[in-house]
Amino acid sequence: MKILVTAKRVTDPDMKIKVKEDGSGIDLSSMSYKVNPFDEIAIEEALRIKEDKGGEVIVVGIGSDKAQTEIRYGLSMGANRGIHVQVDGYMDSDVVARILKSIVEKEQPDLVLLGKQSVDDDNNQVSQLLAEYLGWGQACFASKIDVNETKAIVEREVDGGIEIMEIDLPGIVSADLRLNEPRYPALPAIMKAKKKELKKMNPEELGVEILPKVIIKKMAEPPQRKGGRILEDVPELIRALKEEAKVI
Amino acid sequence: MSSVLLVVEHNKQKLKMATLKALTFGRQAAEKLNTQLDLLVIGHEVEAVAKQLQSYGVNTIYLVEDSAYKNYTAETWGHVTAEVAKQSDAVLIGMNTGTTGRDLMPRVAAKLNAGMVTDLIDFDGDLFVREMWAGNVRAFIEVTTPITVVSIQGTAFGAAEPGGNESSITRLEIPVPKTKTRFLKIRESKSDRPDPTEARVVVSGGRGMKSSENFKLIESLADLFDGAVGASRAAVDSGWISNDLQVGQTGKTVAPDLYIAAGISGAIQHLAGMKNSKVIVAINKDEEAPIFEVADFGLVADLFKVVPELTEALKKELV
Ligand SMILES: Cc1cc2nc3c(=O)[nH]c(=O)nc-3n(C[C@H](O)[C@H](O)[C@H](O)COP(=O)(O)OP(=O)(O)OC[C@H]3O[C@@H](n4cnc5c(N)ncnc54)[C@H](O)[C@@H]3O)c2cc1C
Ligand SMILES: Nc1ncnc2c1ncn2[C@@H]1O[C@H](COP(=O)(O)O)[C@@H](O)[C@H]1O
Repeated sequence: MKILVTAKRVTDPDMKIKVKEDGSGIDLSSMSYKVNPFDEIAIEEALRIKEDKGGEVIVVGIGSDKAQTEIRYGLSMGANRGIHVQVDGYMDSDVVARILKSIVEKEQPDLVLLGKQSVDDDNNQVSQLLAEYLGWGQACFASKIDVNETKAIVEREVDGGIEIMEIDLPGIVSADLRLNEPRYPALPAIMKAKKKELKKMNPEELGVEILPKVIIKKMAEPPQRKGGRILEDVPELIRALKEEAKVI
Repeated sequence: MSSVLLVVEHNKQKLKMATLKALTFGRQAAEKLNTQLDLLVIGHEVEAVAKQLQSYGVNTIYLVEDSAYKNYTAETWGHVTAEVAKQSDAVLIGMNTGTTGRDLMPRVAAKLNAGMVTDLIDFDGDLFVREMWAGNVRAFIEVTTPITVVSIQGTAFGAAEPGGNESSITRLEIPVPKTKTRFLKIRESKSDRPDPTEARVVVSGGRGMKSSENFKLIESLADLFDGAVGASRAAVDSGWISNDLQVGQTGKTVAPDLYIAAGISGAIQHLAGMKNSKVIVAINKDEEAPIFEVADFGLVADLFKVVPELTEALKKELV
């Protein structure tokens, strides 16, 4: 089984995010980065399928030169090779999906596994856009995947419970939080990953124009909530809820 | 005349309350864009759902029924939505956010070559507003395509009230497309409690609850208000509570009148899903817990002592 997975470089979800004074973007000085957590889960799942069924796992990352760090991380987890598509400026999810479509057409994987959402832009769009652009089926928000040669049975986390669906391969699956616990690469694996193939491409050779459909004109800090106060005990809390907040 | 088209979420019998919130957005958007407002009900034997919407004064309610559309799939519903969008000359197509809206809307956007805005909270007729980075950034977005597709964050809009002329229902036959996915079944999380996105009061538990058994304390408190139960990711990951009750960046966004968090530290990813609640109460034994920075009222205490005490005291207040 040939599986394509994605590794997006995102700001560390544990770091404080500040919007620049002029609203032109966020302040990236002293920011650290990592693989989008959902992509880490997708990579882990791809590796488990490969370990079970054999095959190859290819990690794709789109972004500046620095995006290679996150692709290498996927390689150190155990993926076979990487593809880096160099794009230096702003991309929306649509541009990412169109670049991925063109890579999928070249590589012809049986399965494409992505994260359900980027934790920076919180778009939750690429998997669905890619599925439609390819004319494939999609199984988003997966918490369990069982694949055989031609099909996958996927459990999806939906409002109201767990939905179970069948998807023809090749197909698109996006990973939710509870699909698995990603492994940590060991030091020898990190050393070995440095020698793995990482092919660099650009959007022109893939025939994709970088023309975003949605553009961020301005950013602002959302209104901040004022902290309240610590109360002594339950009777005081009840009084506050009744007399001040008037919610009971 | 062009239109704003909203896809209706329902449980096969009744519409979801989030649809009425989307409707409030739809009315505002139709006015700003000077278009009509249309609704789309997809399913099998769902005329009753369309009828429930007739008193809301929209232009047309499209009803597309087929046994193949009974259970949602992105491929079938996406096909229907895009076809109806073309027929109604829609310039803006939306659905309330939730796992269906988030799964479906990008697929529709790709079909219509449209730009998409996820979890929109405001629209001034020109720019769309949404939050990013776990609610840390508010972004003002321009869509450059003639058609825009959106998912609508319910917490940002009040539920629409009936009003205006009675709407007509127009049945459309949309031939079922060939698909590559099949719905098999759903393992429903059985609960008589309301959905956290719909309840006036939400009581959530976190890792501090320590076990599934202890969530009964949360449930008893929630039941006093006919409220909903919510949870942090840590509690869901531990298997103590159903995944669809996770509140946060990657779960549900809620904004009840009263949100009570017990044994939750207040990680930014959790705050993203509840910081717009009207009143927040935090119960945590660690006075440094970041949840206290957003809580109106805090109790630095052991939840196993305080939650039962609060439940008992409220029983007296609420009868
Ligand atoms: C990609 C990503 C997405 C995420 N999405 C979400 C999301 O959608 N929602 C979400 O909630 N989290 C999410 N998280 C996880 C988030 O970062 C936190 O790890 C999580 O919210 C912590 O849950 P918690 O507060 O229950 O646990 P902890 O942080 O462990 O806090 C437990 C708290 O309970 C208190 N406590 C313990 N015992 C008692 C007691 N007896 N009485 C009173 N207090 C007690 C402790 O003092 C502590 O503050 C996400 C993380 C990532 C990386
Ligand atoms: N620049 C990128 N490089 C690689 N993968 C990406 C990129 N952007 C998005 N993706 C993938 O698409 C998923 C959904 O992204 P989004 O729609 O932006 O929330 C992510 O979890 C990634 O797997």
